[in-house]
Amino acid sequence: MRFDGYDTEGFYDEVFDSQGKPRPGADLLIQRVNALPESELQRRQKAAERALLNLGITFNVYGSEAQTEKIFPFDIVPRIVQAKEWEIIERGLKQRIKALNSFIDDVYNDQNILKDGIVPAELVLSADGFRKPCIGLKPPGGIWCHITGTDLVRGGDGEYYVLEDNLRCPSGVSYVLENRMLMKRTFPMVFDACSVQPVTDYPSRLLDMLQGLANPGVRIPNVVVWTPGIYNSAYFEHSFLSQQMGVPLVEGGDLVVKDGEVMMRTTKGLERVDVIYRRIDDDFMDPTTFRADSMLGVPGLMKAYSAGKVALANAPGTGVADDKAVYAYVPEIIRYYLDEEPIINNVPTYACWREDDRQYVLENLDKLVVKAVNESGGYGMLVGPHSTVAEQEEFAKRIKANPRTYIAQPTLALSRVPVLVDDHFEGRHVDLRPYILYGAKSTYVLPGGLTRVALKKGSLVVNSSQGGGSKDTWVLNAEGGPSPESALQKEEGL
Amino acid sequence: MLSRVANSIYWLNRYIERAENVARFIDANYDMTLDIPDSASDQWQPLINTTGDHELFAKLYGEANRENAIEFLVFDRDNPNSIHSCVRAARENARSVREYISSEMWEQLNTFYLMINTAAKEESMDLPHQFFVDIMTASHAFIGITDSTMNHGEGWHFGRMGRMLERADKTSRLLDVKYFILLPSVDYIGSPYDNILWGALLRSASAFEMYRKRHGRIDPKKIVDFLLLDANFPRAVHYCIVTAMISMNNITGSPRGTFANKAEQSLGRLLSEFNFASLEDIFEHGLHEYLDSTQTRINALGAAVQTEFFSPQDIDSTTESRTLE
Repeated sequence: MRFDGYDTEGFYDEVFDSQGKPRPGADLLIQRVNALPESELQRRQKAAERALLNLGITFNVYGSEAQTEKIFPFDIVPRIVQAKEWEIIERGLKQRIKALNSFIDDVYNDQNILKDGIVPAELVLSADGFRKPCIGLKPPGGIWCHITGTDLVRGGDGEYYVLEDNLRCPSGVSYVLENRMLMKRTFPMVFDACSVQPVTDYPSRLLDMLQGLANPGVRIPNVVVWTPGIYNSAYFEHSFLSQQMGVPLVEGGDLVVKDGEVMMRTTKGLERVDVIYRRIDDDFMDPTTFRADSMLGVPGLMKAYSAGKVALANAPGTGVADDKAVYAYVPEIIRYYLDEEPIINNVPTYACWREDDRQYVLENLDKLVVKAVNESGGYGMLVGPHSTVAEQEEFAKRIKANPRTYIAQPTLALSRVPVLVDDHFEGRHVDLRPYILYGAKSTYVLPGGLTRVALKKGSLVVNSSQGGGSKDTWVLNAEGGPSPESALQKEEGL
Repeated sequence: MLSRVANSIYWLNRYIERAENVARFIDANYDMTLDIPDSASDQWQPLINTTGDHELFAKLYGEANRENAIEFLVFDRDNPNSIHSCVRAARENARSVREYISSEMWEQLNTFYLMINTAAKEESMDLPHQFFVDIMTASHAFIGITDSTMNHGEGWHFGRMGRMLERADKTSRLLDVKYFILLPSVDYIGSPYDNILWGALLRSASAFEMYRKRHGRIDPKKIVDFLLLDANFPRAVHYCIVTAMISMNNITGSPRGTFANKAEQSLGRLLSEFNFASLEDIFEHGLHEYLDSTQTRINALGAAVQTEFFSPQDIDSTTESRTLE
């Protein structure tokens, strides 16, 4: 199995430069893979897939009689991120999350940024994620978005851009941890040779952060993870995180508000809950505040939250800041609150509610990616160069009817990575979702994150619902010292 | 612990135990029918009766033979107590408490499920014995992994209590159905078949070797004594109830001989019944009547466990209790 015939086809490749030479840090990996006996890599790929199936790291596929479960496709060749690059990403993400948090706090309290006309008020107040009941809320420490997963892409120019902020319930971190575990099992030697920053302490850091949200009077806070239930597509992650943190995983039916406090039903009666890491949308949390028809919610929860009896991570209402229309203003938001220039740029964005932008978008539909601001997961999207004239006309009609709900961006030549296809490597487009824990004392950026791969040849859509897969992401250590994780692994004799 | 979690752990253990028992019943029966060709076909209906699902079977298949009995008991998705259905239900329960049980338990159970799922898709079963042994081994492995990887705290005790109640129920059913079929076969008394038939009953409870060590010769009454009243054999009803009681006391924190709720009270009563039972009394009372009443009480106990521990709306209600003075 060799990289010999691999062609970057003019795209920015994460592993090879434009001359076809390995990028710094990637040469060791290539050497080792090239040295593997014929078909050994495929064998390990199969073994990794079987391990995923046995571990039950699967998601449900609905509508089929046999209740098929599928593994989230996993490619065995890791993506490598240089220490220098990562250092910039880390600073950029910390800056961005700080500004966005200030923005959310401002929007629900003083609304200075709206009064100063930096972001149009009607745009913010009409955003899908704006929650009126959150006005006046003061979450502990002024922190709203404790857990964020920001989607980054790298363009043909080799620069990283922020594609999307996910400030509500970003998922995928469990795949980062499981992918790493699999890679250590599959490639102990390569892993040992490269010096990779560890990701395994994410659950401890998450728990520390969550416990820090409890009222100061509470000695040992009761933290729980709240899942919509086993039929949720991210259920594996909910249960994985609560298992790794050693805290209960609850469903709505396990919780009840009594005497103003949130309690869980145990075999020994009711027990108070101090902190809830909720993996359920705002709308379904409390039928008395949000959607009245929610069957999953806990009546009275928001009242207990407003009274400071329980902490929620993330706070409700954070969706206002990851609205795709608000996204277009994030560079201004960073300048407004921090008086700094953005370290990682936005992808250039045309806002269809601006006259000039709209005109440009309508004239260039065949070149742009058009996105509905309220949709996610790769739905409601037009990828101009891959679309038919009829599809473009359809979107033109929609944009004219509802300019507020559309943005457009140039079609990026997303960077690519080599992926194992049958018996050879082919380039596939990727993005990167690092995870950020924003705590009162410090901000932690998980070194790495989820590299999502568009497994379909030529496709730019990496979402798992649209045929995407994932890869392990190796952020290398600066000095090139031995990997702390591989040292740990030796001790454990794995 | 969360009531919902306790409920799932309790049931996932019951389902695994049920699957194991069904596998053993079939395996022992299969083995026996190979020794007694003439009466072979007669032996499958009683097996169905042992599981208590004879009405559903009659509706789906009519008369029992080897093929349809195995299909019904092993693979049939319409039979909620088939091995396939049980393992699937156990896995669903485990999935909902995956964060509570150990990863090793989950992985074992998931692999178990995938094995049955693969077998269900195959056309023929060439080596039924190996298949059933695999099922029993998978169940034993699960119990062993549970014991050595999970805290022996409240959740573990709920699981063991579920397993013990399920096992007590299955052993008493087995005895109830088989004893009365075997007894009238006087033709066989003293013949090699006699030993084969009674031996099969013991094998159905994985009790043959241990019985031999304890009582030696095959004797119907001693078999009843062993399967019902032995306090050391892990599949005997008495042993199951003793063990369930220990777990129950651990869950409620009640000292021995006291109770904190209705479930603990009825388990305690059942235990003292078995503690002081004698074979003579049982046969005087009528073995069938005795087994029947035992099963009714185990069922009622299961219902009481459900309301006392798992039904959230009943948690606040204070239940009657009594402690030692």
